[in-house]
Amino acid sequence: MAEAAAVVAESLAGGRARAARTVLDQVVLPGEELLLPEQEDADGPGGAGERPLRLNAGARARVRVVCGPGLRRCGDRLLVTKCGRLRHKEPGGGSGGGVYWVDSQQKRYVPVKGDHVIGIVTAKSGDIFKVDVGGSEPASLSYLAFEGATKRNRPNVQVGDLIYGQFVVANKDMEPEMVCIDSCGRANGMGVIGQDGLLFKVTLGLIRKLLAPDCEILQELGKLYPLEIVFGMNGRIWVKAKTIQQTLILANILEACEHMTADQRKQIFSRLAES
Amino acid sequence: MQRGLDLETKKQLEEEEKKIISEEHWYLDLPELKEKESFIIEEQSFSLCEDLLYGRMSFRGFNPEVEKLMLQMNGKNKAEEVEDETVELDVSDEEMARRYETLVGTIGKKFAKKRDRANYEEDENGDIKPMKAKKMFLKPQD
Repeated sequence: MAEAAAVVAESLAGGRARAARTVLDQVVLPGEELLLPEQEDADGPGGAGERPLRLNAGARARVRVVCGPGLRRCGDRLLVTKCGRLRHKEPGGGSGGGVYWVDSQQKRYVPVKGDHVIGIVTAKSGDIFKVDVGGSEPASLSYLAFEGATKRNRPNVQVGDLIYGQFVVANKDMEPEMVCIDSCGRANGMGVIGQDGLLFKVTLGLIRKLLAPDCEILQELGKLYPLEIVFGMNGRIWVKAKTIQQTLILANILEACEHMTADQRKQIFSRLAES
Repeated sequence: MQRGLDLETKKQLEEEEKKIISEEHWYLDLPELKEKESFIIEEQSFSLCEDLLYGRMSFRGFNPEVEKLMLQMNGKNKAEEVEDETVELDVSDEEMARRYETLVGTIGKKFAKKRDRANYEEDENGDIKPMKAKKMFLKPQD
């Protein structure tokens, strides 16, 4: 940690922009500028990052780079807006450049288009439901946005129900709108979440960690006893098991696993498996 | 004495009018801005960055529909081939062939004329076979 702090202080003091690829998986702070690979001047003795702008822009083929959450475009460079670790993903399909993003931690959710979230129905007004998703304003959900819903055949949704849906409109200028069907009109698991179970809130980073493809926590949980979980990208998790005690154990484990090391986790699981 | 204006004066007047009109038009007195094509696309969604699994999960058979969904959605993401490629047939091929055989007769009967319908009932196996050749006009021999 001391080295990371020293490096950061140096760059801030110098005011220079650093090359993105030298900073991968390191901590970046808001206000830093990052240079993309094709902008580094490999020729000059000043090294990468001294002279970012090239006058002959056509010299190299520019590849499209996607800047993800935590980064913004600033001219030809990337500007960091959140503190966290810089990550990069290589392009899979060959469409160049790859994705850069900042792996940050926060508890407050900001609606993003395409995210699957768990919402609580707070009001029913006319043709739409108002759903609280944890953002700055409640999202609106039309009653026709359920599978098999028509004007005569209304969905059975009451105030206080839990809804799993995705956003179709989510920007800072408009009220977010969500739906419970996909573009083909199928539900795909979205809609009202069933009876019982427990809803609790965790940080957004934990949700992403649990939904990663190689998450051990979920695999170990699945071996304990039959259960059902729904993860919302807005930091909400809904769990259900056969008895109330099992449900509470699940909720406690998921909340605590953020701050546990792998060894502590394994200990707890082995103790549970015994009992 | 000439009524009206000369060609020249007419032209001058027109030009002046045009000048007045074009001066009234507003324009921005800025240097030309070159639109740069940006090679950086901004996305705010994490789903593009990390391959996240589908949000609904069920373990050990608690909710069979959700488990089916899990296979479907996560299979789509990983683009793995489904191991079960053979589709189970509801109706076997032989049965299908037999049905088709009789089907042609049944549907054909619907469109046949009344006289021809008699031909259909002749064959008695329980199967309706298609009709025989029609009776054509025979030219009398001399």
